[in-house]
Amino acid sequence: MSRNPHAALAQDAETAIVRFDDVSMRYGRAPETLKDLSFSLTPGSFHFLTGPSGAGKSSLLKLIYLAARPSKGLLHLFGQDVSRAPAAERPALRRRIGVVFQELLLLDHLTAFDNAALPLRIAGGRPDEYRQDVAELLTWVGLRSRMHAMPATLAGGEKQRLAIARAVVARPEILLADEPTGNVDHEMAVRILRLFVELNRLGTTIVIATHDQDMVARSGMPVLHIEDGRLVHHGLPRAGD
Amino acid sequence: MSDFFDPVRWKPAPFLPTSDARDGALTFVIAVLCFLACLTALGVIAADRASRGWTDQLTGEATVVVRPKSNETPDSAAARAAETLAGVPGVQEARAIEAATAEAMIAPWLGDVADLEDLPVPRLVAVVLDPERPASSQAMDRALKSQGLDAMVDDHSAWMEDIQRAAGMTRWIGAAIFLMIAAAAGAVVTFATRAGMAARREVVEVLHLTGAEDAFIARLFQTRFALMAARAGLLGAGAAAIVGAGLRLAGGGAGLTPVLPVAWSDLLAVLPCPLVAAAVAAVAARVTAAALIRELV
Repeated sequence: MSRNPHAALAQDAETAIVRFDDVSMRYGRAPETLKDLSFSLTPGSFHFLTGPSGAGKSSLLKLIYLAARPSKGLLHLFGQDVSRAPAAERPALRRRIGVVFQELLLLDHLTAFDNAALPLRIAGGRPDEYRQDVAELLTWVGLRSRMHAMPATLAGGEKQRLAIARAVVARPEILLADEPTGNVDHEMAVRILRLFVELNRLGTTIVIATHDQDMVARSGMPVLHIEDGRLVHHGLPRAGD
Repeated sequence: MSDFFDPVRWKPAPFLPTSDARDGALTFVIAVLCFLACLTALGVIAADRASRGWTDQLTGEATVVVRPKSNETPDSAAARAAETLAGVPGVQEARAIEAATAEAMIAPWLGDVADLEDLPVPRLVAVVLDPERPASSQAMDRALKSQGLDAMVDDHSAWMEDIQRAAGMTRWIGAAIFLMIAAAAGAVVTFATRAGMAARREVVEVLHLTGAEDAFIARLFQTRFALMAARAGLLGAGAAAIVGAGLRLAGGGAGLTPVLPVAWSDLLAVLPCPLVAAAVAAVAARVTAAALIRELV
């Protein structure tokens, strides 16, 4: 587990890696999905993002991985206001963030290896530079023997681990995971959580959106609990979060 | 060598799928439109050549009708007119047409008349003009009058206006048809590209969220669709060139003269087709990719 979970609760805006200041968000002209969120995350912290279905967990993650813009308020990432950052600046910021999408979004025409190596290729890496690292990472997530398999031939848990490998391969400063254990059995969920904890120990800031209350309770990590688009709790888990 | 160390297995795959089930149909449609556009271009070039041939023929010649005066025979009047016209600047050759030839020319209108001696059949002088600086009908008229000849110069200007108008219309209509087919081809390439990109939206989304620059993503699609359109353009242009060559061979020495005089050099007109198709597809793909990426924030 994290070396110091309580440090994650610090609200020091100066050192925050993620900071929401009165942020709201809506899709088109629909009612606000997220309302007046204010919180910050310190570098190296580990949070679970909890809340009922439709509460706005995925939308909050989208704001952090820059797939959406706030309709109101200020969003700071890495100490920079990204709320209205020009489009040209956003790709470089995205490369500092790894995402495990709820739908996984693996590319069907690429092998497991090429899927995992995608962020490194996009960042301009050459195969001879990243081959060993990607192979080691896939070994670490238990996919060494499936490196050249196409995603369609992978089992659900293997796909999940491949999506995680792709999210972490470029050693992102922030790792976001949207229901990463949603489609796997308990044993696999525990393995995946251990993997995230390992990454957190290496300094990665982690936010995991989940419905898995057992996992949240067992981990003892702080939570961001949202309901109906509002942040109702930020801190150590309470019963029922 | 084990799989792990087999370099072929480690060669990175392209970011975009190399083929798609829709590609065959799309290639076919673009190829057909390129074929039609190239064929129209060949037709326009041939029609243009035909119309220029007609006008060149008319502008290079003039006919002079000579009416002999009472103190002169028709033959001597025609000979004198030919001699006078030969000295006019801009006239290459002037030749009095023999009586027998003149009578043969009017025979279709007069029927089988045994003796034309009593008819005041005018004599003709055929004039070949310098194509670079042809003599004007006024200059020839002045020269004839100065020699006391009663003659009328016909430089075919009345015909020429009609022919030139018809030739001009042929060229414009041909060009308009070509442009319409080219525009239709461009529109199909554009729509097909948009459809192809919409189908690959997930790839765009993943690349975008993984930190790829917008221009990088747009370039991937631009290259992909430009290459496909170039291949289709090559097929269409090749087929049109084969048809053009067939027309050239079928028409003998000068193609299907005088209706469509196709020259071998005309076949070069299909060469830009693959490049144009590729350029249209590239622009369409780039614009579509940019719009799609903008939607993704």
